[in-house]
Amino acid sequence: MVAFGNPVDTAIIGAGVVGCAMARRFCLEGASVVVLERAPDILSGASKANSAILHTGFDAPPGSVELQCMQAGYAEYMQIREDFNLPILDTGAMVAAWSDSEEARLPELLEQALLNGVADARLLSRAEVVAREPALGAHVRAALLVPREVIIDPWSAPLAYAMQAKALGAGFHFNAGLLSARFDGDLWHLQTPIGTLTARSVINAAGIHGDSVERMLIGGSQFEIRPRKGQFVVFDKAAAKHLRTILLPVPTARTKGVVLIRTIFGNLLVGPTAEEQEERDRPDVTRPELDMLIAKAVELVPALAQAQVTAVYAGLRPASEEKHYRLHSLPEKGYFCAGGIRSTGLTAALGIARHVHGLWAQDRTAGGKPITAPPIFPLPNLAEHLPRDWQVPGHGGIVCHCEMVTGREIEAALSSPLPPGDFGGLRRRTRCAMGRCQGFNCLARLNSLTEGRLSVPIAPEADR
Amino acid sequence: MSAASYDVAIVGGGPAGLSAAIELRARGVAKVALFERGDEAGGIPRHCGHPLFGMREFGRILTGPAYARRLVAAALAAGVTVLPKHTVVHTGPGGRLTVASPNGIETIQAARILIATGAREATRAQLLVPGLRPLGVMNTAALQAFVYQEGRVPFRRPLIVGSELVSLSAILTCRSHGIRPIAMVENELDVQARRAFFALPRVLRVPVMPGAQILAIEGRPRVTSVRLRLADGTETLLACDGVIFSGRFVPEAALTEASALVLDPATGGPEIDQHGRGSDPGIFFAGNMVHPIETAGHCWAEGRRVAGMIAAELADRAKSEPKEARGRRVIAGAGLKYVVPQRLTTEGTGTAPVLNVRALGAANGQLILSDGSGTILRSQSINAAPQKPIRFSLAGLDLAGESSDLRLRLEPKA
Repeated sequence: MVAFGNPVDTAIIGAGVVGCAMARRFCLEGASVVVLERAPDILSGASKANSAILHTGFDAPPGSVELQCMQAGYAEYMQIREDFNLPILDTGAMVAAWSDSEEARLPELLEQALLNGVADARLLSRAEVVAREPALGAHVRAALLVPREVIIDPWSAPLAYAMQAKALGAGFHFNAGLLSARFDGDLWHLQTPIGTLTARSVINAAGIHGDSVERMLIGGSQFEIRPRKGQFVVFDKAAAKHLRTILLPVPTARTKGVVLIRTIFGNLLVGPTAEEQEERDRPDVTRPELDMLIAKAVELVPALAQAQVTAVYAGLRPASEEKHYRLHSLPEKGYFCAGGIRSTGLTAALGIARHVHGLWAQDRTAGGKPITAPPIFPLPNLAEHLPRDWQVPGHGGIVCHCEMVTGREIEAALSSPLPPGDFGGLRRRTRCAMGRCQGFNCLARLNSLTEGRLSVPIAPEADR
Repeated sequence: MSAASYDVAIVGGGPAGLSAAIELRARGVAKVALFERGDEAGGIPRHCGHPLFGMREFGRILTGPAYARRLVAAALAAGVTVLPKHTVVHTGPGGRLTVASPNGIETIQAARILIATGAREATRAQLLVPGLRPLGVMNTAALQAFVYQEGRVPFRRPLIVGSELVSLSAILTCRSHGIRPIAMVENELDVQARRAFFALPRVLRVPVMPGAQILAIEGRPRVTSVRLRLADGTETLLACDGVIFSGRFVPEAALTEASALVLDPATGGPEIDQHGRGSDPGIFFAGNMVHPIETAGHCWAEGRRVAGMIAAELADRAKSEPKEARGRRVIAGAGLKYVVPQRLTTEGTGTAPVLNVRALGAANGQLILSDGSGTILRSQSINAAPQKPIRFSLAGLDLAGESSDLRLRLEPKA
């Protein structure tokens, strides 16, 4: 059991990208913060399975809170990224039209982009598209180019937010899902498997469980989570040479559709699917959908017919019954909700955090003073196009050969202030076992290196 | 600072690379360096803690680790510079290598390069196996590294996926460490190794299920079961605490790709001539990256053979600059997965080339070699298990006169 001590200004439920950004923002504003996460590590839900795009908001609903949060998030990411050594891959994005009807929709998308303040968006003719991306399928018609859409490291960024929050005194507690909650008119009493926390306010950033957490907190929910599964296929690094620009489809009413995109780690990614499902704990991969994604990728870039698959994964996006973000509050109870953040959360997180802090601060005088000189520290670079640790002498040898992860990087992650709780967390922090052999070479060694240091071990000494 | 230079730089310290290094020294090549990215040389046999290794090489039966140690000791005794923890990240034209080690990055120069980086088993992701993605899913090699190198047992009741020789090796590894595989499943309708070998799972009471499709791997955070559709169409749920994906080997060709050398999509490895020479005339290949997959003994013999060619070329002043190799293409036709080598040159001496062939599935019928005009040059009858290496000898054939593509095809028995 954890002795939580005095009441904190705010408790954040959920350590996804939104929860991590929220913790950072509240700490920077001088609040005392505890984050409760039901999984063994940060980013264990929807945040671990996205397409890693930093969006301009060109296609977001004009005038929406979502757009405002995305653009604030984009700007803040660009502002802080050098301090934290967070990479970008400056690719731009193209919404490609592959038919008459899709081509006919490009002008309205351009208009929306301009309306949303994305002034450098412009239409490309077929010849311009082909000149930019010669490997595209021959039936491409035209495209909308959005130059400032870029690719980021989807895991190092939220880790940086969480690390800064932690350095400013935030408590991060794992395996600490909310069991029950009571508001006594002054304080929240939040019961978890590791102890009961008292807090003056509570922020719901529980992602896929956002609605059930809201019910637990205030007895009812303004929204209903409708889990939307997204499956992805990661192609081998050799495939990344075929495409430079992020390739987006003309969106439908329901989804942004299947994207073909390089990753900052040097691979090529296709996904996500958009599958409605009931289960909230079942991000499984399924064969027909994987086959469909690969076929789609080959249709867009025919040379991918020869490409090897490195990894497949799936995530559950916390979509709700309405398309927009579910940002609301109950100020008299100190309850704030950042729910239904379905597919733009990585971009918008920093903006959502500012927005919610704004709501929180409106009728509050307590909560400390903003930090003037917050601690800043560079994260280890994992991007393929920038210098990596293996290029620096004294790394103690390479443990994961596919992704060139050194012993020094593994040790640094394990002994960091916010160490991984499980193998997935170590993979996201270092890239180990993320490559083409998926641990054929290094899994056993990684098990030994992490022995006693992960709350969920890779392979516990099995019972006879 | 001038780059370190060698006569031959070998990339990969498995049986093919080690035997080539030893042979090069035996033939008087002065400076031979072997770059091994792992902590020690020896290759895959290091973690195959069971026999049968070493008959061809040392005239006795050894376990994998003992065999690997002997090969490494022989290389050191022969004066090979063995460099573990050295990863070759790029090979450029003109024999330039970029090497990463704990001391940083250095550039190395070599008159010839031999790449022998081996093969690995297909992963669960590559096979697009559905379900959740829990802990406890691994390849045979990872299991063997757990038990033989790290002294750890990752599970007790795993399911084995695949029915190749390595799948049987997985059973042996399990049984010598108190692990009881619950079953062996194969998605093809027939087992992939020789049927006679399946006396082993029978004796050990491991059910073998050909024609079984995995519908889903279940469990979080660890494997709890696998849902299967069996050959007869019924569905079943097998409780297990691990899944071993065995076999379906693919070449470890990352360096070859990164160096923009020509690959054969059929093998996934480099395109070579009968001497092991790739698309860069100064770069040779040997071992399982060329032909997934053969025994350690085969790779060892191949390493020696390619080393002989390299040594002869280096000794001949006229040939000290490697020449662009042309030659006739050999194409894998109907019924065949691949043919190695992919090119036959008229250059060089030595024994007559033997084509190394794999069929798509079991092969029973006639292998027929024809030339560009369709003229049949040679045929050979075969009857082989699905993953069985097939040899097709070209001894006595004069292929020098013409330049048209050669085509090898399988004509199934009626």
